[in-house]
Amino acid sequence: MTTTADQSHHLNTPPEIGGIGHNVRRHEDARFIQGAGNYLDDVELPGMLHMAILRSPVAHAKILSIDTSEAAALDGVVAVVTGELMAEHNLAWMPTLSGDTQAVLATDKVRFQGQEVAAVIATDPYVARDALGLIFVDYEELPAITSPQQAMAEGAALIRDDKEGQADNLAYEWESGDKDLTDRAFAEADRIVTLETHYPRSHPSPLETCGAVADVNPATGEATIYLTSQAPHAHRTVFALVAGLPEQNIRIISPDIGGGFGNKVPVYPGYVVATAASLLIGKPVKWVESRTENLISTGFARDYHMKGELALNGEGRILGLRTEIWSDQGAFYADAQPTKFRAGLFHIVTGSYDYPAAHVVARGAYTNKAPGGVAYRCSFRVTEASYLIERLVQNAAYEIGMDPAEFRAMNFIKPEQFPYHSPTGFVYDSGDYEGAMRKALGIVDYESLRAEQATARAEGRLIGIGMASFTEVVGAGNSAEYDILGLKMFDSAELRVHPTGKAILKLGVKSQGQGHETTFAQIVAEELGIPSGDVKVVEGDTDNTPYGLGTYASRSTPVAGAATAVISRKLREKARKIAAHLLEASAEDLDWEPGKFFVKGSPDQSVTIQDVAFAAYTNPPGGEEPGLEGVHYYDPPNMTYPFGTYVVVVEVDAETGEWKVNRMIAVDDCGVRINPMIVDGQITGGLTEGFAAATNQFITFDENGNCIGSNFMDYLIPTAWETPRFELDETVTPSPHHPIGAKGVGESATVGSPAAYVNAVIDALAHLGVRNIDMPLLPDRVWSAIQGAQTG
Amino acid sequence: MQINVTLNGTSRTDEVEPRQLLVDYIRGTGNTGTHIGCDTTSCGACTVLVDGTPMKTCTMFAVQANGKSLTTVEGLKQDGALHPIQAAFKEKHGLQCGFCTPGMMLTGAALLEENPEPSEDDVRWAISGNLCRCTGYVNIVKAVQHAGDLIRES
Repeated sequence: MTTTADQSHHLNTPPEIGGIGHNVRRHEDARFIQGAGNYLDDVELPGMLHMAILRSPVAHAKILSIDTSEAAALDGVVAVVTGELMAEHNLAWMPTLSGDTQAVLATDKVRFQGQEVAAVIATDPYVARDALGLIFVDYEELPAITSPQQAMAEGAALIRDDKEGQADNLAYEWESGDKDLTDRAFAEADRIVTLETHYPRSHPSPLETCGAVADVNPATGEATIYLTSQAPHAHRTVFALVAGLPEQNIRIISPDIGGGFGNKVPVYPGYVVATAASLLIGKPVKWVESRTENLISTGFARDYHMKGELALNGEGRILGLRTEIWSDQGAFYADAQPTKFRAGLFHIVTGSYDYPAAHVVARGAYTNKAPGGVAYRCSFRVTEASYLIERLVQNAAYEIGMDPAEFRAMNFIKPEQFPYHSPTGFVYDSGDYEGAMRKALGIVDYESLRAEQATARAEGRLIGIGMASFTEVVGAGNSAEYDILGLKMFDSAELRVHPTGKAILKLGVKSQGQGHETTFAQIVAEELGIPSGDVKVVEGDTDNTPYGLGTYASRSTPVAGAATAVISRKLREKARKIAAHLLEASAEDLDWEPGKFFVKGSPDQSVTIQDVAFAAYTNPPGGEEPGLEGVHYYDPPNMTYPFGTYVVVVEVDAETGEWKVNRMIAVDDCGVRINPMIVDGQITGGLTEGFAAATNQFITFDENGNCIGSNFMDYLIPTAWETPRFELDETVTPSPHHPIGAKGVGESATVGSPAAYVNAVIDALAHLGVRNIDMPLLPDRVWSAIQGAQTG
Repeated sequence: MQINVTLNGTSRTDEVEPRQLLVDYIRGTGNTGTHIGCDTTSCGACTVLVDGTPMKTCTMFAVQANGKSLTTVEGLKQDGALHPIQAAFKEKHGLQCGFCTPGMMLTGAALLEENPEPSEDDVRWAISGNLCRCTGYVNIVKAVQHAGDLIRES
């Protein structure tokens, strides 16, 4: 039995079809549990060479000279590539997905520790790394800038002196909302609550690092590039633009991906150098990062310095929100952001609450740190936004002396207000925020817990109850507003139903563990009645899938899932005509139930979808095109807005500052759940990453720009032992504009949970007057906050 | 240098460089289910059973395996049938991207050899040297326990 029905979900299909709502066991698992996955490093091609990259040991320096002669002379070394050589081919710089430029191999200066300076191509990966030690680079060090504050200080060294017209270290400036309206709200406020906090730099660090195998055929010029890519089609276009290769000659293959989380969205210098090397040498070239290279040079996340203010009236109603953000972008603005939204979707910061005025000012600064600011398991800065508003709301409740849950309930957007127009321009599709919160509070028995907390305090024990009632905005996005480098953020599905009634579904997105091979087959099963086990899902090969923008920002289900449903329905309508032909009835006289058409009122006169598929190739009706295949490009009418409430109960040890999660309750509403088992798996994964952010997982730099956190002994990822136990539940509020009512769920828990953990610790200390501890909540920070509150 | 190992039940002799890491040696034999995740013995993606004990092969040299018996994920199947730990990982949704999965299953299988009915804490402690970025471990723990059930039932 590979399918079990989940009784909590409405099921239109029987288990043997396995449509929406069934816990279908994953189709992709068979290869993974037998060690037969095909990840990037498993790609072996005849004659393949190996590349290693020399990286800058310093954060900011002029390059005076590079001597590669000894490296080039080492036995087994085929070529040494420098920025000078790349410049000869006009490849020393490349565009980033946010419209900036990034050095491929440094020519003038290095701008962060770990920056790519040269590459060795050798017959053996060990030899390639040996040769790195034989390249001699003469650097003249410059002062390192490691924060936006330093970057924007008077007289700060100019990091991007390569950019014409760049006079300071400002990377971007962007605003959203209505400043005047917001200023008026603050002028009328009875109380203003302020929070300044830093969301620290972290790294998505999927267990598989990034890499490429570039195979340029010297005879034909065709380039097959295996890439750890969450967005193979977009990457193909970037490659065409960067390298000037004809796009039809570029085939990106994104094999099995060992986790992405945003790390595999950008185009990295290593990809470009490996491709250039293969083009110049005429042999396949493999490059796979070490873990240290991954942590010090590829897409970091967060590093947001945030100030938020809430204006409140005397009753505790929120009147307005003002936020000012500095993002530390590193040396290159290299994360992907929709073109119109320079700070991503941070302006969702108004959250789950109803108020008319908000104003967001976001600025980014160049620093001598690794480039990125990628959306680490998040939809373009939604994580930072959710964190800020949920922390602010909790603090506001303390300031006006209300229970944080009741404060939220009073200010929530009400179910009848949807579609809700937010003050920063979003149109929330659907929600029942109080419903999700009450469910979570019921599970923890909130009132008893508050009583228990009071008793504990009287005994000198510190118990805290934190919550977060987050709203995300995912599924970018409608083409009027959302594009990356001009590419509209639609996605696609091509469905081919074969003569025997089996099908292949080809998608523009790319799974990195989310289970697309199963859930997307379930959508076809739901709509066409073909058993999900009979549907093969193909992704990650640009020659064999329709164009799409890829998998990130929780967009696969909202966009490609919708495309899948729509193309399935189109084929069902064609199938209806074929069925009518077979049944010698008119199409209007047929009814459909999953898997078969029958004549209205005569259920014995029926044909199965498999019969219809066979007829489509063997006996098509006159006037109909043969075959049962089609493709749909889905331009979503709006974003989707998953939400939920997370409640965390902690106990803090006042003597040591250590804290422990006693309970973690997550009530998620992601609309209709295609495969509840997989949804729950996404949530427990995200809750763990939220816990990581709150406790230990951060990257810092010393004053010279040296990265602290460059391996898994310094960059601490939670193990099974520290990870809390989770209690999951759900509400289901379908998206009204999505064909199957789904909203996407891959990032909800990473977005929503950090504030819940931190709010819990703050709640334990709130009576002492503590209102903020910057993440991660290391014991010494918590202890210091307690000491500061008691002495101050 | 020459080494003799038994790899998934088959004995073999190979010439290796003294500095070659065991994980690279194993992957070089075509057994690419053993993965490299961190290079520093931190993540456990490279775990294989060395004489039945889970070992992280990214910080072992191939020569250190001389004379030893190695079991990788490719050697888990028994008589063509999935090992209970493999069946359990699928049944309990114990994997997402699959990259940590071979190491997790081998560590889990070794635990079950010693302790056929582990508690949740037993499992969490046993796999605490194997990192997973996708699952939050919940279903990995359930999978290992379920594998114990399957083994006891058979």
